[in-house]
Amino acid sequence: MEYIIAKYNYWIYIVLMMIGFYAMIAKKNLVKKLLGLNIFQWTIILFYISTSVKKGGATIPIMDKAIDIANPALYLNPLPHVLMLTAIVVGVSTTGVALALVVLLYRRFHTLDEDEIFEKIRELK
Amino acid sequence: MKILALIVSIMTGALLIYAAEDFPSWGDPNSPTSLHVSPRYITKTYEETKIPNMVTAVLADYRGYDTLFETTVIFAAGITVLFLLRGNRDD
Amino acid sequence: MIEKNENIILKNITQYLVAFIQLFGLYVIAHGHGSPGGGFQGGCILAASYILMITTLGIEDTKKKYNEFKKHLFNSLGVFIYAFTGFVCLLLGANYLDYSGLSNLFPVDPIKARYIGTFVIEVGVGITVMSIMLTIFVELLTVKRKQS
Repeated sequence: MEYIIAKYNYWIYIVLMMIGFYAMIAKKNLVKKLLGLNIFQWTIILFYISTSVKKGGATIPIMDKAIDIANPALYLNPLPHVLMLTAIVVGVSTTGVALALVVLLYRRFHTLDEDEIFEKIRELK
Repeated sequence: MKILALIVSIMTGALLIYAAEDFPSWGDPNSPTSLHVSPRYITKTYEETKIPNMVTAVLADYRGYDTLFETTVIFAAGITVLFLLRGNRDD
Repeated sequence: MIEKNENIILKNITQYLVAFIQLFGLYVIAHGHGSPGGGFQGGCILAASYILMITTLGIEDTKKKYNEFKKHLFNSLGVFIYAFTGFVCLLLGANYLDYSGLSNLFPVDPIKARYIGTFVIEVGVGITVMSIMLTIFVELLTVKRKQS
C-alpha cells in the first residue's frame, strides 16, 4: 500500500502519456494527431510540477515573513515551476505554428487525412 | 494497424511503469531534485534580490538567458504564423 | 464569430468587463514580485481580454482599438525591451543581464537595482506574450478557406 501511495502519480502520468502517444501514431486526422501531441506535452509538464512537491507542511515558493526562509524544507522547490512556466507558453506558441501548417495543408490538398495527403503527393510526382 | 499501435503503446507504458520504480516517492523532501540547487535559491533569493517571489527571481534574474531565448522562441513562433498565413492571401 | 454579435447583453457586459480584465492583467504583471504572477501570466490575461472583444464585438471594431501598426509594434517591442535591458547593463559595466549594474543609472543600491531590472523585463515578457497570443489567434481566425 505504501508503494502505491508513493508511486501512483507516476502511473497516472504514464497512462495519460500513452493516451497521447496512441493518438499520435494511430489517428489519421492531423488535428487529432496534434491533440495527442498536446496531451503528451501537458503530461510531461504535470510530471515536472509533481517533482517539486515536498510533504510535511511546505508552502508555495513565495517568501512569507512568518515562515523561516533559512529552512528549505518549508518551501516547495521553485525550479520546476520556473522551467514549466516558460514551457507552457512556448508549447502554446508552437501549437499555433502547427495549426497554421495544418491550415496550409488543408488549403493545398482539401483534406486532413494523412493517407489521402500521401496519395495526392504521389500523384503529383 | 490500430491494434499494432495499441500494442506498442501498452508495451511502452508497461516499460515506463517498470522504470517508475526508481523514481523518488511522491512528496519526498529528500528527493534529488530538491537537494541539488533549490536550497540555494530558497535561502539566498530574498537576500540577494529583495524579491519575495522565488519563481520570478529565478525566472528573470538567475536564469535570465533562459527566459530571453524562450521569449525569442515565442516571438519567432508568432512571426512564423504571420508569414505562413499572410503569404498567399488575395486581399 | 468574426461578425459582430447583436445580442445587447453580450455587447454591454463585454464593454465593461474588458476594462476590468485588462486592469487585472496589469495587476498580475506589476505584482509578480510579491504574489503569484509575472509577465507570462499577465500577458495571457491581457490577450484573453482582446480575444473576448473579438468574439463578441467583432473583428472590425476590435481592429479600431488594436490596429495592424500596434500589432507589429508590440510583437517586436517586448523582445526589444528585454534584450535592450541586458545591453544597458553591459554598457554600465556589468555582465549581460546582470541588473546590479543598473545601480549606476538609478540612485539605488545594487540589490534594489536587481529588483527594478526584473520588473522591466517582466513588462517586456508580458508585452510579447500578449501580442503573440493575439497574433496567432487573429491569423488563424481570419484565414481564407479557399485555395488562392
